[in-house]
Amino acid sequence: MKWSVIFDALPYLLEAAGTTLWVSLLGMALGQVLGATICIGRVAGGRTLARFGALYVSFFRGVPLLVLLLLVYYLLPFIGIDVPPLVAAIGALGMSSAAYVSEIFRGALYAVPRGQAEAAAALGFPATAIWRRILLPQALRISLPALINELILLLKASSLISVVGVAELTRTGHSFAAATYRQMEIYLTVACIYLIMNLALAAMGGLVERRLARG
Amino acid sequence: MDWALYLHYGPSLASGFLVTLLCWFAGGAVGIVLGFVVAVLARLPSPPLRWLLRGYVEAVRGTPFLVQLYLLYDGGPAIGLRLEATQTGIVALGIYGSAYFAEIFRGGFNAVPRGQVEAASSLGMTPPAIMRRIRLPVMLVAIVPALTNMMIILSKETVVLSIITVPELMYQMQSMAAETFATFETILAMALLYWLMVELVARLGRSVERRVTAFMTGVA
Repeated sequence: MKWSVIFDALPYLLEAAGTTLWVSLLGMALGQVLGATICIGRVAGGRTLARFGALYVSFFRGVPLLVLLLLVYYLLPFIGIDVPPLVAAIGALGMSSAAYVSEIFRGALYAVPRGQAEAAAALGFPATAIWRRILLPQALRISLPALINELILLLKASSLISVVGVAELTRTGHSFAAATYRQMEIYLTVACIYLIMNLALAAMGGLVERRLARG
Repeated sequence: MDWALYLHYGPSLASGFLVTLLCWFAGGAVGIVLGFVVAVLARLPSPPLRWLLRGYVEAVRGTPFLVQLYLLYDGGPAIGLRLEATQTGIVALGIYGSAYFAEIFRGGFNAVPRGQVEAASSLGMTPPAIMRRIRLPVMLVAIVPALTNMMIILSKETVVLSIITVPELMYQMQSMAAETFATFETILAMALLYWLMVELVARLGRSVERRVTAFMTGVA
């Protein structure tokens, strides 16, 4: 073990960890919006929308993220759009996450007792109000722990975007390892940074969960 | 797109597919065995051992597979661990899977109703017999969906092995793409192939699940 290597690399690795974090958060945000849309389409849309949603979920859960990432990365130039790797990476992360998020939302929607929506309808609530005031707030609450779990998965998955050249934590670690020939030290440090980020997220998730359980 | 290309590259794609299957099954088997050992050891009444295993599971689950792979492949030689790419891939998949499998087994053991174990012991069954005839069968039935799911996740992680030059399907596809410049079509074919494979495994898993739980629902 050579500690000086770690101390030299640490500032750069921490900065790269920041990139990992915000790329994951952006991917998650995109995944939430897309996932919620797909979920509502599947639950409340017609048969065509429901089928399309099911197909989307099946495809994006069936294709490995690395393949998906390269697909998006090469698809855009193929149809004549030139985007920076970072955009392709966030897009791929978000689209993949949307498939999982839509399933989380769907499960949460079904977990809201049916009687509540029926009672609201019987009281004369319009459909939009039933969604806005009864189904969505409760579904969001039920799905929070699973969503935090999804964010942790996304944070780990974001290491794959290093292959298209985004200078996030794994990529930066890889460059340092190649330059210093101290792979063990560098990768252990990288692993520790990921671990700390994930444990922090998990602790946050636990806190939120306890708070929600209290009511 | 020249479809004859696929004929030309057929042999290397076929060998890539075999390497993918090898890494998947071997890595999965290592993961299941290791995970089972971890789950059983964690049940022993020894707090330090339990903390150690907990730390192992959390460390593996808290870090990306790619980083674990780099650590083993690039960092391994520093501690005298020299494996070739495919071996590294199998070991890495095994270690990665073992943490998740251990959690699955732990959940399965917890899902065995206490009353069944108590009933067995009051009937005079010995602890090993209770393990073999009550705990294990009940647990295995309970974890079939989770096991299938984890095997699917592992099949998708095999793609990552291409990054450390394991000559599996993705690697062969990428060399083909580099030589033919038909990058997009090749990756698209890869995506469709994986989609098909994952759907097939998921379906297989569901039919196994129906089969082994038939005694509970009464529908064969």
